[in-house]
Amino acid sequence: MLYAILCYHDENLVWSWSKEEDAALMGKIGGVRAKLTAEGKLGASLRLMPTTAATTLRKTQEPPLVIDGPFAETKEQLLGFYILDVENLEAALEAARQIAAVNPGGAFEIRPIAVFNPDERQATAIKT
Amino acid sequence: MNDLAWINAALAAARPQAVGALLRYFRDLDRAEEAFQEAALRALKNWPKNGPPRDPAAWLILVGRNAALDGVRKDARNVALPVDDAISDLDDVETPLAERLDGSHYRDDVLRLLFICCHPDLPATQQIALALRIVSGLSVKQIARAFLVSEAAMEQRITRAKSRVARADVPFEAPGPAERSERLAAVMAMVYLIFNESYSAGDAEARAALCDEAIRLSRLLQRLFQTEPEVMGLTALMLLQHARGAARFDDEGDIILLEDQDRKLWNRELIGEGLALMDKAMRHNRPGPYQVQAAVAATHARAEAAGDTDWAGIDALYAALERMQPSPVVTLNRAVATGKVNGPEAALAMIAPLEERLSGYFHFFGARGAFHLQLGRKAEARQDFNRAIALANSPAEAAHIRRHLDQHLRDAD
Repeated sequence: MLYAILCYHDENLVWSWSKEEDAALMGKIGGVRAKLTAEGKLGASLRLMPTTAATTLRKTQEPPLVIDGPFAETKEQLLGFYILDVENLEAALEAARQIAAVNPGGAFEIRPIAVFNPDERQATAIKT
Repeated sequence: MNDLAWINAALAAARPQAVGALLRYFRDLDRAEEAFQEAALRALKNWPKNGPPRDPAAWLILVGRNAALDGVRKDARNVALPVDDAISDLDDVETPLAERLDGSHYRDDVLRLLFICCHPDLPATQQIALALRIVSGLSVKQIARAFLVSEAAMEQRITRAKSRVARADVPFEAPGPAERSERLAAVMAMVYLIFNESYSAGDAEARAALCDEAIRLSRLLQRLFQTEPEVMGLTALMLLQHARGAARFDDEGDIILLEDQDRKLWNRELIGEGLALMDKAMRHNRPGPYQVQAAVAATHARAEAAGDTDWAGIDALYAALERMQPSPVVTLNRAVATGKVNGPEAALAMIAPLEERLSGYFHFFGARGAFHLQLGRKAEARQDFNRAIALANSPAEAAHIRRHLDQHLRDAD
């Protein structure tokens, strides 16, 4: 079963970490990633830029409205995610626990993936 | 990250909002700062025990306000109160906290706090020192180190700035739209000043600290003014310039010019974010000086090698900047691009009228010397480089020109 682990945290706080703190954290996360990858559980993962770099297309009207950043006044923002290929929720939770263990706070949403479309650009390029 | 590092990061992140709100309550910078300090001390005791609050800024504001009010009461009665037991147990305040704190003040609180620091009565050096102390929460020692002055001198500079601000009578009611945008412009200028100050800061570590702080403040402004393209431009400008940081100095601390830098050392992550912000800003179709300067930096960032640089594009961007914000320094920058496109004679013609106004400016003589050198006018070049050395803002700048002299003009006499 495919799961996404969506990582939420206060980005104001996350971007206040010093470079050394950030690098130390990324090092620890790298360790967890390597382990999960070796166990065949981890697919793609990514870290997002801060929401100040984001744009939102909101379809409340036609043509849709383009807005700067997510306007939602939430305390925590989506900062990145991991894709897991594991047996069941228990295994996904176990992986999420390992990721959470090296993180200083935040929330990790374990969300089953309904449809997964892999990157098909290379295949398409060959066809055309 | 251990508890202490996490709490310090949380305190730094919450500081502008918390001090800004406390300033609104107390209308006095010293009291606001003391209240924040007290709240921060309690956070250090309380958070490791009870876990971090959901909204650290709100926690700090409430605790800071209560502690300060308590202090006033205590002074009045002159009897000791059980301070900690009375307020440090905050389990029960978390829920109604959100209602008690008026979130709509957030933007104006932070803006006011920043604006107070860049009050026009304050000279630039005091503005920066005050902002770094009050908004960013850097220690006097850290700031002194960045500015290469003694701690005592910096302490004095900050105290002087504070007392000027106290006399300046900044209005505390929420500003109207026109005033808000004036404040924003002043604050953006101050943030960019902090960033530029980093170029002459003491050492690599101090430089990076000022850069990071300026970028953090700019991102904060962007969250407050999400649709303001000039704020996007300012953040982008600093990210794109900061991206070149690792390539800017050699092992001996000597300056490496943009065209000689190892572009593999440029930070791609920062460049990516800067370019993304530029894309966002351009959509608004409201160009301004920061966006244009960021576009210049983006043009450099996009060139894979120095030879690929679109100098004609940069020339056009500086021409646009000259129209928006005429200044001899902008024209001097444009002349460098013009020199690449149309040759050094065109550049010299462009800067000839600037000499009087830039007679104390290091870069004017550095650039003019380089144009002369390109034309083989060694005597003029030597003269200009010598004047540049005399006007250098840092030992690294002087050393850079001296190296230039040694390389190209050893036997010019």
